[in-house]
Amino acid sequence: MILMSATFLILAAITLVGACAAMMLRGLVHCALAVAIAFAGLGTLYLNLGAQFLGLAQLLVYVGAIAVLIVFVILLTRGGDSDSPPLPRAVLPLTGLLVAGCIFAVLAWAVFHSFAVHPAGPPAAPSTVRELGTVLMDSYVLPLEVIGLMLTAALIGAVIIAMKEKQDTQ
Amino acid sequence: MTPLAGCLLVSSMLFAIGLAGALTRKNTILVLVGIELMLNAANLNFVAFWRFGPHTGASTGMIFGLFSIGVAAAEAAVGLALILAVYRHTKTTDLSQLTGGQR
Repeated sequence: MILMSATFLILAAITLVGACAAMMLRGLVHCALAVAIAFAGLGTLYLNLGAQFLGLAQLLVYVGAIAVLIVFVILLTRGGDSDSPPLPRAVLPLTGLLVAGCIFAVLAWAVFHSFAVHPAGPPAAPSTVRELGTVLMDSYVLPLEVIGLMLTAALIGAVIIAMKEKQDTQ
Repeated sequence: MTPLAGCLLVSSMLFAIGLAGALTRKNTILVLVGIELMLNAANLNFVAFWRFGPHTGASTGMIFGLFSIGVAAAEAAVGLALILAVYRHTKTTDLSQLTGGQR
């Protein structure tokens, strides 16, 4: 049995602590910064696993775009100064935590009690960006075009939704 | 613990954290952040199965992860635009006030 490497454990700890902080901190801006840390940790985790292009894409898209977008929306809605307490003593949050804990327990049980159908072969060779681009342009060209079309439609739709209405007829 | 099991465990922890946040937080932006964390957990699963799976050499897992990142980016943009539109009408991002329940 190959044990986990120390770098993997450190990066996983950074990611999980960032995610926990993003979900438990009180201030919204602190939450946005913590989730940026979690996204960056996850990107370096991809790099550690050998997926170079995916790790860099994760860093660019999530840390560079989505975290900044979240900060923009927080500032536009002026929610940075106050927020409801993160986990108020009520029935509903307790139920949510219970559901999440149960799902984690089921997933962890499945991970530990599943047997490997295939013997663990040698780990995959890290694919270079060149062959990734070749595959992307060769056999995955239709999904690539569909993703491009969907991104264009989603961004145009987002601009239309968020655009200020000209005359509000109530 | 094999590396694959470790990756899957980290991924399920990330999913549970995101689910707990999406279920318990009252702010719509933080609910969206929780959903993003859950999507990222799924992405980590793709990368883990690509790295330690039986079919070495095929880069299917990485391609799927790449497409998943694209879909998540579109989802975040549309979701945040919806939050802005709702905020413009109701002047709040609090979910308990948006549902008209407890005030």
